[in-house]
Amino acid sequence: MEQAFKTAFPFIVYTGAILLAFQGVLMIVAYTVLAERKVLGWIQGRIGPNRVGPWGVLQPFADLLKFILKEDLAPDKSTKFIYFIAPLVALTCALLPIVVYPFGPQIRDPLGWLVPYAPVIPFAGEENLVAWIAEQARNLPLTIAQIDVGVLFVLAITSVGVYGIALAGWSSNSKYSLMGGLRSSAQMISYELAMGASILGVVLLAGTLDLNGIINAQSNSPWYMRWFIVPQFVGFIVFLIAAFAETNRVPFDLPEAETELVAGFHTEYSALKFALFFMAEYVNMFTVSVMCVVLFLGGWYIPGLDYAARGLGMEAVFGVGTIGYAVISHIGFLLKIFFFLFLYIWVRGTLPRFRFDQLMSFGWKFLLPVAIGNVIVTIVIVYFLNR
Amino acid sequence: MISTVLFFLFAGVAISCGVSMVVHRNPLYSAVSLIGVFVALACLYVTLAAPFIAVTQILVYAGAIMVLVIFVIMLLNLDEDKPLDRLRYLYFVGGGLGVALLAQTFFIYYAVLKTPKPDFDASTTVGNTMSIGTAMYTEYLLPVEIVGVMLLMAIIGAVMLVRKSEQSRLDAVSGQNVEEK
Repeated sequence: MEQAFKTAFPFIVYTGAILLAFQGVLMIVAYTVLAERKVLGWIQGRIGPNRVGPWGVLQPFADLLKFILKEDLAPDKSTKFIYFIAPLVALTCALLPIVVYPFGPQIRDPLGWLVPYAPVIPFAGEENLVAWIAEQARNLPLTIAQIDVGVLFVLAITSVGVYGIALAGWSSNSKYSLMGGLRSSAQMISYELAMGASILGVVLLAGTLDLNGIINAQSNSPWYMRWFIVPQFVGFIVFLIAAFAETNRVPFDLPEAETELVAGFHTEYSALKFALFFMAEYVNMFTVSVMCVVLFLGGWYIPGLDYAARGLGMEAVFGVGTIGYAVISHIGFLLKIFFFLFLYIWVRGTLPRFRFDQLMSFGWKFLLPVAIGNVIVTIVIVYFLNR
Repeated sequence: MISTVLFFLFAGVAISCGVSMVVHRNPLYSAVSLIGVFVALACLYVTLAAPFIAVTQILVYAGAIMVLVIFVIMLLNLDEDKPLDRLRYLYFVGGGLGVALLAQTFFIYYAVLKTPKPDFDASTTVGNTMSIGTAMYTEYLLPVEIVGVMLLMAIIGAVMLVRKSEQSRLDAVSGQNVEEK
C-alpha cells in the first residue's frame, strides 16, 4: 500500500499542479476579458457590462454558458476535419507554455512543520509518510517542469500556434477567412524574428535559457537596476511591439480587421469553437506578459524584499525560502503581469490600426534591424565586460 | 515502464502520421500529418532527456519550415483529385529508396544488437544546452562555420533571386504601377 502510494505520488502531485496552474491562468484570462470590456468602456465614456452579478462580476461565466449553448455551425464546403482541429491547435499551443512558467521562488521546506504532528494525522502509517512527503517537497520549486531551455520552449510552442489560425482560415472555405489566415501567418512569421532577436540580448546577459535562471540573474542585487529592462531597454521595446503583433492585438490586429475582413480567420466559427479561439488569444496575451515580466522585469523578484526581511528581523516570516516570501513574490509576479494585461487594453482603446504594407515594412525594415543591432552591441559589451 | 509506454505512444503517433502523410491525396492533409510526425519525434527526444534537440526540432521544422509549406499550399489551392501521370517514374525511384531505407534500418538494428552495451552514466550532460554549445564552438567549430557560410550564401541567393524578378516585373508593368504609387 505504502509502496503503491509512493509510486503514484509524483503523478498525483504533477496532475494537481497542472490542474491548479491551468485553472488559475484560465480564471485570470476570463477576468481579463471582463476587465477589457470594463476598461474599454471607461476609455470610451461608457459603463461596460454591469448586469450579471454585482459590477458584472459573473459576466465571463454568462458568456461561457452562452458559447456552450449556441448552435455549432460549420460551412457547407469547409474541410471538416481541419475545420474541427484548428481551434484545438490554437488553444493547446496557447496553454502549453504554462508548464514552464516560474510562478514563484523555491520554497525551502514547506511541509517541515507538519512532521511533529504526524502521529495525529490519520493514515500516516508506521513508516511516517508525512516525513517522507516533507522530504520529497524539500526545495519545492513553483514551476511544473524545470527544463533548461524554457525560453526556447515558449518560443517554439507559440510559433506552432500559428497553425491554428492558418488552418482555420483555409478550412473555412471563405474569402475573408483565407485572407485573415494568410495575413496572420505572414505577420506572425515576420514578427517572430524580431521577437527572438530581442530575447537574445537578455539570454546573453543572463548566460542561460532557463527562465528561473534568468530571474536569478536579475535578483542578485537589492535594486531594480539589475532588472534587464535597464541594460536591455531597446530589446524590451522591440519585444513589446513584437508581442503585440504576435498576439494579433491592436494596433496589429489585421487578421481580424472588422472593416475589411468581417472577423478574419474566425468569421465562419461559432459557439464553442469560436470561444476556443477567443480564449487562445487571451491566453497568448497572458503568455507574452509572463515572458515580458520574466525577461525584463525580474519575474517574481521584488527588489529589496529579502533585505527588508533581514532588516526587520522577520526572516522566519518572509525571509528567502519561506512560504511568506513565496506568497509575496507570487503576488508581485501577478501584479507585474496585470500591468502588461492592462497595457494591452489601454493600447486597444487608444491606437488605430496599421495598414498591411506598413505592418510588413515596419517589421522587416525597422524592428528587425533594431533588434539585431541591439544584439550586436550587447555581444560587444558582454565580451569586454567578461574579459 | 512508463518510458516504454511513452515510447510506443509517440512512436505510434509518428508512424501513423507518416503513413497518413504518404496516403493522403490532399496536400494540406499531408502537410498537417508531417507536422504531427515532427511533434511526435520531439516528444521522443524529450523522453530521451534531450530537451534542447526536441525544442529545436519544433522551432525549426514545425514552427518555421512547415509554416512556409502550408503557406504555399494555401496560396496555390492545388487540385486534389488528379494524380500526376507525368511523374509516374517517381514511383520506382521512391520504391527503390524505400527498400534502401528499410535495409538500412535492419542493418542499424543488427549493428546495435552486435555492439556491447556502453557504460552509460545517467548524470552526463549530453543533450544539455551548455554542453551542446561548448561542443559546437570548440570541437566542431569548423562544421559550424561551414554551415554558417552556407546559410549566408542561401540568404544572399534568395535576396538576389527576388530582386531580379521584382525588377523585371516592374519593367513589364511599369506604366500603371508607377502612376498608382
